Amino acid sequence: MTDTSHKSDAEIIAPKLAEKSRLRVFLDSDIFYAFRRSPVAVVSTVVVLILVLSAVFAPLVAPTNPFDPSSLNLMNGFSSPMQPNAFTGDTFLLGTDDQGRDVFSTILYGMRVSLFVGVAAVLLAMVLGITLGLISGYVGGWTETIIMRVADVQLTFPSILIAMLIFGVAKGFTPVEYRDQMAIWVLILAIGLSDWVQFARVVRGATLVEKRKEYVEAARLIGRTPFAIMLRHILPNVLSPVLVIATISLALAIIAEATLSFLGVGAPATQPSLGTLIRIGQGYLFSGEWWILLFPAVTLLMLALSVNLLGDWLRDALNPRLR
Amino acid sequence: MKLTTALTMTAMLLTTAAPLSAETLRWARSGDALTLDPHAQNEGPTHTIRHQMYEPLIIRDVTGAFVPTLATDWAPKADDPNVWVFNLREGVKFHDGADFTAEDVVFSFNRAKQPNSDMKELIGSITEVRAVDDFTVEIVTDGPNPILPSNLTNLFMMDKGWTEANNTVDVQDFEGGEITHATLNVNGTGPYTLTSREPDVKTVMTRNENYWGINDFPMEVSEIVYTPIQNAATRVAAMLSGEIDFLQDMPVQDLERVNAADGLVVKQAPQNRVIFFGMNQGADDIEADNIDGKNPLADVRVRKAMSMAINRDAIKQVVMRGQSQPAGMIAPPFVNGWTAEMDAESSTDIEGAKALMEEAGYADGFSIRLDCPNDRYVNDEGICQAAVGMLGQIGVTVNLDAKPKAQHFPLITDGSTDFYMLGWGVPTYDSEYVFNFLVHGREEEIGTWNGTGFNDADLNAKIKSLASNTDLEARNADIASIWRTVQDEALYIPIHHQVLNWGMAENVGIEVDAEDQPKVKFFTMK
Amino acid sequence: MLAYIIRRVAQSALVLLVVGLAAFSMFRFVGDPVENMLGQERTAADIERLREQLGLDQNFVVQYYKFLEGAVQGNFGVSYRQGRPVAEILIERAPATLELAAVSGVLAILFGIALGVFTAIRRDGWVANGIMSASLIGVSLPTFLIGILLIYIFSVELGWLPSFGRGETVQVGNWSTGFLTSSGLKALVLPSITLGLYQMTLIMRLVRSEMLEVLRQDYIRFARARGLRSRAINFRHALKNTMVPVITVIGLQVGSIIAFAIITETVFQWPGVGLLFINAVQFVDIPVMAAYLMLISVMFVSINLIVDMLYFLIDPRLRLDRAGGH
Repeated sequence: MTDTSHKSDAEIIAPKLAEKSRLRVFLDSDIFYAFRRSPVAVVSTVVVLILVLSAVFAPLVAPTNPFDPSSLNLMNGFSSPMQPNAFTGDTFLLGTDDQGRDVFSTILYGMRVSLFVGVAAVLLAMVLGITLGLISGYVGGWTETIIMRVADVQLTFPSILIAMLIFGVAKGFTPVEYRDQMAIWVLILAIGLSDWVQFARVVRGATLVEKRKEYVEAARLIGRTPFAIMLRHILPNVLSPVLVIATISLALAIIAEATLSFLGVGAPATQPSLGTLIRIGQGYLFSGEWWILLFPAVTLLMLALSVNLLGDWLRDALNPRLR
Repeated sequence: MKLTTALTMTAMLLTTAAPLSAETLRWARSGDALTLDPHAQNEGPTHTIRHQMYEPLIIRDVTGAFVPTLATDWAPKADDPNVWVFNLREGVKFHDGADFTAEDVVFSFNRAKQPNSDMKELIGSITEVRAVDDFTVEIVTDGPNPILPSNLTNLFMMDKGWTEANNTVDVQDFEGGEITHATLNVNGTGPYTLTSREPDVKTVMTRNENYWGINDFPMEVSEIVYTPIQNAATRVAAMLSGEIDFLQDMPVQDLERVNAADGLVVKQAPQNRVIFFGMNQGADDIEADNIDGKNPLADVRVRKAMSMAINRDAIKQVVMRGQSQPAGMIAPPFVNGWTAEMDAESSTDIEGAKALMEEAGYADGFSIRLDCPNDRYVNDEGICQAAVGMLGQIGVTVNLDAKPKAQHFPLITDGSTDFYMLGWGVPTYDSEYVFNFLVHGREEEIGTWNGTGFNDADLNAKIKSLASNTDLEARNADIASIWRTVQDEALYIPIHHQVLNWGMAENVGIEVDAEDQPKVKFFTMK
Repeated sequence: MLAYIIRRVAQSALVLLVVGLAAFSMFRFVGDPVENMLGQERTAADIERLREQLGLDQNFVVQYYKFLEGAVQGNFGVSYRQGRPVAEILIERAPATLELAAVSGVLAILFGIALGVFTAIRRDGWVANGIMSASLIGVSLPTFLIGILLIYIFSVELGWLPSFGRGETVQVGNWSTGFLTSSGLKALVLPSITLGLYQMTLIMRLVRSEMLEVLRQDYIRFARARGLRSRAINFRHALKNTMVPVITVIGLQVGSIIAFAIITETVFQWPGVGLLFINAVQFVDIPVMAAYLMLISVMFVSINLIVDMLYFLIDPRLRLDRAGGH
């Protein structure tokens, strides 16, 4: 925001107030206006909201619980959408998969897993990236060299390889009896760790700019600790690019999870994510059971596409020069 | 014992060939042969490729019956039960033109007994192989061995002169990473010669116009192009788009589509492989459950209840798309000792199972981890997933841990799994093979795949005595009684026998064999 | 200057060591190769013998040291699965991956730049907006699914293009090429589209935003005011000025193309190093996995090093920033 670089004395003395005002500026600014004017942004937000809410409230929305294996009837397997099963006579809105799971319910529960992995991975990447970015930008010297060197290398090293590597190592260190539950956490770790660099780079760049400004000097003079300065003064100024990166990373993380599950290191088949569902479904592409692939794929597409569109729009909207 | 009628060839084999045609067979399956050295690896797909170019003394036809190949007939020696006499086919030549004689047989057996050979376990009872004349050999075993011929159907014959000239007298040290001339080159007596080979990419073979049986077998394929295709959907796509003529390892869900496609057919036959679950019943307490100080699997009632919870028909119907035969014992129907009665002993009875659980003191059930491979058997992970649901209905909460076979099998052999899936094929067609690996208590050289902890001294002794029992009737009675114990103890939970499916273009004529080893010389191309 | 280069090379070597260690420790846990190498009939003694033979009974540090020692001499050991030297297999497989990556890269760059320029110039047009949205679909589906859908449409339903493999290849020296036969060229179409789609989207969006940025600059406005034709402005001035960041990004994407080839090669049974790696993972073929990862790291670290050197040569001011001066 162009107006954030102008700091009044009041802001330096009362940083809390200043932060609030900055937040208000952020919200009251043209962003909302631009948002209302952009049909793409509105539609994507609505789609994302619907998907996220139905995933969060899956136990209430879904007719069955596909993660409870003892409730499944295998004979319901491969029912076509809206058509009674030949053996059991049960009817399912979007049909059933190879284990007799209701595809509609499985998608809702699967989206929960995907979103959880995606959001948690992005949060991890964000916290890690922001922390390392702030430190390297503010502290400089050897610390910075090491952090940015690692970042450089990791940026060129493809994320799926990093993820596979982490997955392999983590699986080895996990005791056998916890492996089942651990898969999800390992996924989060793997995707999160392969994704922090962008955050770190942006935050470091902004930090280098901000820390030379007078208000930071002033804060330092009145004895604020570097930690407080970073947190209170510099961080709020880098939030908008971070928000953009986070949105786009979320879409990438969801796709990355799907890709990893194709390579056999994703969520387990008993607790499938959207990616696992697509991996399972692609086996039935030629055999005529199109619904096992189509519905999860379309859901993933809608989710990733609207998050991407939102991120896209956000980037343009937050970049004043493009307006 | 006498082996006479089994030696007659089937009518198909005797139809003499029309003028030889120029037909290319484009053949795909999921994996490639590991090496071409005939004795370096004992593995299905590897043997399958070798069978086109090398030959053993005997092969099996699609029914599992012996077909004389490099041997024309064989029988135990009249005055010495420890010796088998093999008469060799005359006039056979290797690809390089050298004559095939008894000397080559002696050499090949000795080569297959070398430490680096992966075939040595199958012929472990052989103490000496000697040439009586150019076309007769005697095989001496350390005791009477009534089933010796069964162990020879993948034991390929090499040319002594060729190996000496090319410095490959020693078996390739596969594990040590050695490569010899025999790894990538072939000089067999078989119906096809090697034209080119890129491991894991493409192997091309050409018809051997000097083959001894060129007029006895169809031999209609003039060139074989073999390509492994790993991804199942891609494999099926290649078949559907007409890029290949012959497909093994077809996913069961695509049978209908392939069969319905213009110009394609799917043929099927029961496979020599049974799928089952094993349970650790030997330990006092097991790690993978939630019950402390007790092992629920040690109670035969629990094991029976678990078996009764499995709905094999539903698994067949849905997971396997009809491509399996529900099993009641852990031997395929081809095997000596298999009976229809025992194979029908499994039933589904949820109420009965619950009652048994209650009787055993586990009315509230327990939870346990199931280890399952996800890249070994047909829909292995799907079967395990289905079992999770079924066992849940009698209160057994199962946590499924599915993983690649490279991580799964070590758990069984080092005893760190308490509940696992395993499949077993019986290349010797005899129960002794099953007992040796799966029923005998685990020791250094025997019972190595028995992950159940079951170890019964009397039964062990009985199993060991089978090897040299020449009284076939008494031997079969012993086999039956061992099976009875295995069944009564519910040692394993049998699931089903796999069914093999081969996809092919309509002009390809071949029947499916239980070993999953197509031999292209039998193929007709209309 | 020299000190700087030495320092950077030393840093790169350290990075390689760390990657090597990470890769190597991963392989310790992906499974037991011995199980795949011995048949159903093997005994406990066989396992012991083989473990000893492979050096798997030695401790981790010794194994890692031995691996590094060989790697420095270009000796990555012998593949457990194929029983051949890993280096030989990699050389044999590399052309397939490099040709696929090259075609995908060229497709991505050509279409990426063309569409990027188009969408920037027609910023508010329907077609441009349509292309922008459609490009997002490409990055909103996993690559493997796109590949399988392409096979379904173009191989199975339409029968136009092959579903697997490289077609006929011609051996030119040590290099097997698919460029010289019609079946080889046909076989390249679907895999290269699958592999290049993501990079194309990326380049297109980058070119677009850089173009928009440049088009706003004063000198462009000035040129427009002077009455220069818009074609000349767009291409001679604007596009030229977007090339520096675009080329940087393309350089960094080379690695991604090679890595994502793992998925494309698996879907299309493309006999390159990516498929080799996946096979190796399934068979726990440790030497192949380790060699592949080391090779990839060497490649990435060198790209990084070269890019850094270029920066240093072109613009010494950047060095201050990169080295963290303030």
